[in-house]
Amino acid sequence: MQKQNDIVLEIKNLNIFYGAIHAVKGISIKVPKGKIVTLIGANGAGKTSTLSAIAGMVKPKEGEIIYKNNNIAGKSPHEINRMGIALVPEGRRIFPNLTVYENLMMGAFNRKDKEEIERDLNWVYNLFPRLKERLKQLGGTLSGGEQQMLAISRALMSRPDVIMMDEPSLGLAPVLVSEVFDIIKVINENGGTILLVEQNAAQALKISHYGYVLETGNIILENNSDLLLKDENVQKAYLGMA
Amino acid sequence: MSGATFLQNLFNGLMFGGLYALLAVGYTMVYGILRLINFAHGDIMMMGVYFAFYASLAGAPLWLSVLIGIFGAAFLGFLIDRVAYKPLRNAPRISALITAIGMSFFLESIAVVVFGAVPKSFTAVFNENNKWLLDKTWNIGGARIPVLTFIVFLITALIFMLLFWIVYRTKIGMAMRAISSDIPTTSLMGINVDMVIGFTFALGSAMAAAGGIMWAMRYPNVFPYMGFMPGLKAFIAAVLGGIGSIPGAVVGGFLLGLLEIFLVALMPSAAGYRDAFAFIILIVILLIKPDGLLGKKSVVKV
Ligand SMILES: Nc1ncnc2c1ncn2[C@@H]1O[C@H](COP(=O)(O)OP(=O)(O)O)[C@@H](O)[C@H]1O
Ligand SMILES: [Mg+2]
Repeated sequence: MQKQNDIVLEIKNLNIFYGAIHAVKGISIKVPKGKIVTLIGANGAGKTSTLSAIAGMVKPKEGEIIYKNNNIAGKSPHEINRMGIALVPEGRRIFPNLTVYENLMMGAFNRKDKEEIERDLNWVYNLFPRLKERLKQLGGTLSGGEQQMLAISRALMSRPDVIMMDEPSLGLAPVLVSEVFDIIKVINENGGTILLVEQNAAQALKISHYGYVLETGNIILENNSDLLLKDENVQKAYLGMA
Repeated sequence: MSGATFLQNLFNGLMFGGLYALLAVGYTMVYGILRLINFAHGDIMMMGVYFAFYASLAGAPLWLSVLIGIFGAAFLGFLIDRVAYKPLRNAPRISALITAIGMSFFLESIAVVVFGAVPKSFTAVFNENNKWLLDKTWNIGGARIPVLTFIVFLITALIFMLLFWIVYRTKIGMAMRAISSDIPTTSLMGINVDMVIGFTFALGSAMAAAGGIMWAMRYPNVFPYMGFMPGLKAFIAAVLGGIGSIPGAVVGGFLLGLLEIFLVALMPSAAGYRDAFAFIILIVILLIKPDGLLGKKSVVKV
């Protein structure tokens, strides 16, 4: 079990349906401040659905989503973002018809602190020097890796208290995969609280503090990440070890 | 065609084209965001003209009447989206389309009931002080061009500059462009998407009313169905330019206005077919370049 204190985000008994399909079956998750929590599981396990519910994109049928002592279940996406939760969506979802700079400013849309925005811009330029060279380019012209970096940067630009990432390594070349995981670690070392969803279980568990294993809508296992890495079942099912 | 006649037609074409363009932008913005053809758009224009007309009748000076017409239409556009289209955002697209057609009939019927079916003369908005707007002409290269034509053209140009500034240089404009490519992700940025859509309706409706009011100054017949034909023409202009593209709507509007005027000038006997001509253009463009002049290649969303 994780320590009770400093839990920023807690999901209790979350149930999500799509019509008759019961996609998420009463799961509970805790995200402590300043930690990386990862949710691993195969395709169709319900990872995206869970993040979508937290972000307000789908309405859960049952359950609570407690964020800073408020139940935010059922609130709309823009309200939840304004409260400090950002999502790096599956498939990156860059605005293709906006420039790279505009994409970043979309992340900072509700902020008024010009100087701090400038500081955060410089921070993401530092994290991703390649973006800085492409500020005037349209988002749609970036490569897959660059788009992923932009999607992460865009989320950072809202200066979120919790940043959720949905399979950030998906579809990237191996070099870029490592780069993305390195960056996630750097964001965390700078104080970021992260809820990370991945199919790349090995890398996700290596950088995270705590992990949940999701299978067809149920959490079948949870533990400190280093222990999950050593778990025989996890090794067999998710780390490709016999 | 003599030089003077050519100039005459050119200015006429530019004025008409500008009015089509002002209306076309509203179609294209709403389409770009919701993939909805707002058939009530021409009728919102009509309402704006009536608002200005009655404001003037109630004693408001010309400039105030114009503003009342424009802001009244903007509010009406916003309201129509809220009550009629917003509840259908997740419904099949055909439902919203049918609602739009219904809204068009509804506004026309309301206008008949409230304002009466008998046409009113918009010249009533002019008085001793500003009647010169109607009478004064300038002699340009032998052609007598009404000063109003220039004023309409100038105001149209200013409105478009304002529009492009809003869409490409302000935050709300950035949000409008973001929504046109991805509504859910825009909401993830903390943006209240419905407010932005409402703003888009208001902006398009305001521009339509501005166009309608200037139109009524030149052709002072105000009646409940006055929005129908200009609305249809502006829709054709938007398709011609590439529906969804704002620069396309502007280009399409001016092009259609000029084509119409010069067609009639070159073939006076075809004057009666002027409206049919616009539809021929629509059919031709749909056949040979369905994405319009400046439209992007349409991508089927999977
Ligand atoms: N919009 C939807 N409509 C119907 N079923 C859906 C929808 N989204 C997801 N599902 C179903 O819910 C289950 C969980 O999907 P998802 O949350 O996307 O899983 P994951 O992200 O772990 O791959 C799957 O069976 C999927 O088919
Ligand atoms: Mg997924």
